[in-house]
Amino acid sequence: MTHTGSQPLVAPNLFEVCKVLTLAILTLVDVILDALGAAIPPLRAPLAGLSDFLFGGFVVTVLTWLIAMTVMLLWATLFNLLTVMWMERKFYSRLQDRYGIMVSIWSLPFWPFNRRDRPTHKGTGYLQNVADGVKLLQKENLTPASADAAMFHISPVLIASSTLMIFVALPWSSGFYVARLEFGLLFVLAAFSLAPLGILIAGWSANNKYTLVGGLRAAAMLMAYAIPMILAVIALTFSTGTLNLFEIVEQQERALFTIGPLSIPAWYLFGPQILGFVVFTVAIVAEMERIPFDIPEAEAELVEGWTTEYSGMRFGIVFGFKWLRMIAGAALIVILYLGGWNGPVFVNLDLGGVLVPILPEEVYFLAKVWILCLFFIWLSWSIPRIRIDQILQIGWKRLVPYALLAILIGAAARVVGL
Amino acid sequence: MSSGSADAAVSAGRPVKGIEQEIRAQLVARFGDRLREAQVVRPQVARIVIDRKDLVEVCTYLKEALAFEHLSCITAVDWKDHFEGIYHVSNWHNGCVVQVTAHIPLDDPRIDSVVPLWNAANYHEREAWDLMGVVYEGHPKLERILLPKDFKFHPLRKDFAQEVDRQYISRRKLKGGK
Amino acid sequence: MPEFWINMGPQHPMTHGLWNMRVKVDGETIVDAEPEIGYLHRGYEKIMEVREFQKNVVLTDRLCYVSSITWSHAYCLAVEKMMGIEVPERGQWIRVLSLELQRVASHLMWLASYGPDLGLLTGLLWALRERELFLDLLQLLTGMRMNQNFPRVGGVRNDVPENFDAMCRRSVGYFLGKLDGYERIFHDSKVFLMRTQGVGKISAADAIDWGVTGPNLRACGINVDLRRLDPYEVYEEVDFEPQVWKGTDGGDSYARFICRFNELRESCRIILEVVEKMPTTGAYRIRQPRRAEGEGFAHTEDSRGEALFYVAGDGDDRPYRVKIRSPVFSTMAATPLLLRGNKLADVVAILGSVDVCVGEMDK
Repeated sequence: MTHTGSQPLVAPNLFEVCKVLTLAILTLVDVILDALGAAIPPLRAPLAGLSDFLFGGFVVTVLTWLIAMTVMLLWATLFNLLTVMWMERKFYSRLQDRYGIMVSIWSLPFWPFNRRDRPTHKGTGYLQNVADGVKLLQKENLTPASADAAMFHISPVLIASSTLMIFVALPWSSGFYVARLEFGLLFVLAAFSLAPLGILIAGWSANNKYTLVGGLRAAAMLMAYAIPMILAVIALTFSTGTLNLFEIVEQQERALFTIGPLSIPAWYLFGPQILGFVVFTVAIVAEMERIPFDIPEAEAELVEGWTTEYSGMRFGIVFGFKWLRMIAGAALIVILYLGGWNGPVFVNLDLGGVLVPILPEEVYFLAKVWILCLFFIWLSWSIPRIRIDQILQIGWKRLVPYALLAILIGAAARVVGL
Repeated sequence: MSSGSADAAVSAGRPVKGIEQEIRAQLVARFGDRLREAQVVRPQVARIVIDRKDLVEVCTYLKEALAFEHLSCITAVDWKDHFEGIYHVSNWHNGCVVQVTAHIPLDDPRIDSVVPLWNAANYHEREAWDLMGVVYEGHPKLERILLPKDFKFHPLRKDFAQEVDRQYISRRKLKGGK
Repeated sequence: MPEFWINMGPQHPMTHGLWNMRVKVDGETIVDAEPEIGYLHRGYEKIMEVREFQKNVVLTDRLCYVSSITWSHAYCLAVEKMMGIEVPERGQWIRVLSLELQRVASHLMWLASYGPDLGLLTGLLWALRERELFLDLLQLLTGMRMNQNFPRVGGVRNDVPENFDAMCRRSVGYFLGKLDGYERIFHDSKVFLMRTQGVGKISAADAIDWGVTGPNLRACGINVDLRRLDPYEVYEEVDFEPQVWKGTDGGDSYARFICRFNELRESCRIILEVVEKMPTTGAYRIRQPRRAEGEGFAHTEDSRGEALFYVAGDGDDRPYRVKIRSPVFSTMAATPLLLRGNKLADVVAILGSVDVCVGEMDK
């Protein structure tokens, strides 16, 4: 397929980019080893053997993988999580007619930021979430006395690890990924659906009636909404014919039709999958436990729901991973229905042998994901909470039939040849 | 005057002029000299004073025959030689309020409960028991409601120590004057 | 899973005030309920026997701190009935003005707290923003935003300041424009309707039996508004309409919400009318006698229902007995009926629509 659109900035993929870093590190180590060998003559031969071993395939591969995974982890949690949290807090504050978070680098108490002429708490607010994270770190980690300690401690780990597993297979552009799986969609959906188990364990193990009610509500709701989510994806596979996320995005690159200079891309949104898109989006909003579906965590009745008994960084983990799941869910929607990272490229710069497209695929992907997150945030802060039995009614009685209808439409469209 | 019934009719929402005279006359006609006093205090308000043994009968008459369906308030007052139980009953149809004052002897602070008539009396009688110590016989659950469950005294009684902080009581008064 | 009791409170983010609601749940359905009150009992009736008549207004302000003028006014009315004095006409008009301003502020506080109960956190900030307008008006009129110590036995504390009517008209006009915005996030929201319709139903007969008054009773279809049924001050000369739920499906949280919400509009109408019709000259206060003997009571339409004060004096310069009848106290007795049969998730939606203020409940 001719590739007329944008190129990834991380090219050809993350592994190769990290390999550059690995080779740089290993070259440095090699220089040190050489110097050491020159200084201590009896060690020269074994050290030379050591550096040969280091530059062999095994160490390079392992180190590169470690670096790639770390880069992806930091990208997701450090950059994306902080930015989306900042966006959310600023946006909903403006909805509520107030300024929102304003702690930024000008609040830092050391030079060059502690300027006397600038107010300390009137910045853009980006560092507020960092401050909140540090605050949570320095709090005491309490465990309720008669809670099931093993399960209580395991469940944040379970939630965090299952969410981070998603980012292994979730690509951020055609080059920025950790693993290119043939069944990527299946893997992502499976990892997405592991968290409800963690939530149920968290609610149950804390020996608290509130958390138990919250955990059970969460389990019922998330199970109910996993089914239309997967059914909508089944409808999608009729159009795509593949579970490979990269191929799905490539299929959406062609133009559907052109109106003058504007060409409408063949996103799966603009086609027979529109019903599947609606069902999938509603199911994802429920899976993310955002208002209007946040009854498991409803502060109004259940204090903090299933997270009540967690304190300190454990609370930080379960709280922060709600946002990470939102990012992952939004990324999934963008890949499946909104054309992923496709977009026009305006100019290709050549900076010292590195090809920098303007704009690269990552920018398009991030823009789409963030705009979708903004839409979810807007939705959350304008609508009251739906009660749990009403949520289950919507899930089972409305979404599942619509998802089945979407399957029928998808299959019919495939037969017809759309 | 419509007879009292369980389902409430939508009232017109305006007071009926002169109704208090009528109500007073009806009460006097029904109970005669069992009423120690019966007077009209002001427009829309009638006041009768009875003995504690007539309470349930008077209240039943008010509710069933005169359609006083709303019990506003139950008060217990400690006049140092006797208690008084004061019931404010309202009629939503014509806007009349009747204040029923029942005399209760000091050494035997018991009176019948009107909870079978108006469920609104439930909490008010509990409060009167809690703060004043008047026992309402027939109340389904006469327990402390505002004070802690293990509190031993009835604070609103006049023999329960009053605040004697000099800041709020003038020196003349503290020395025994007026 | 067997039935078990859950304590919602006394430490709970969304039960407004300090009280404990024990509900017995069977799965998600409420089987029984039992409120535990008295956490905020401050011994008002005993304290008020030690303070002089006028000084008690400072205390009655703080009974329901959200709606302080209505409570102080009810107390002053009861003492005036006992003493047999009557407030001059301009004083009565000023009283009505301050009462209605306070009523709007109280209802806006209720609206601000009802939104987060249901998950609509934006409603909190919008309603509090509008409440600032009325707190500013109250500050202009009385000198304080809350707990104003404004009504006096015999009138009010001070006269209306100059240009108050211009500020009033501007603020109220702006607010009435904003009310339509509230309708968009409350009434028109399908989720809101799902959460409040049919939830927490009480029949009219039960409501009257258990002593429920105020907007909660009007939501059941009973046309009882003490400003009309037993008029006090100059309410007879003011044209407003008690908001009664029309139709047969009243008594649920949605009806209570609508009745209280529409009272905002009616109160604004009253404010504008009072500002027009108020006599421009005249005394606003008369001196009350220092000592008084006898008894008197007054009942008024507080923001939450019927507030009744009974005052008895024995010839001293302070009351012998003061009894405070709080509408929330009586409604609390009816909460088991409201809650039975509903889901646990509805507890806050129902109790929020009933508008609990613990200060007046616990005295």
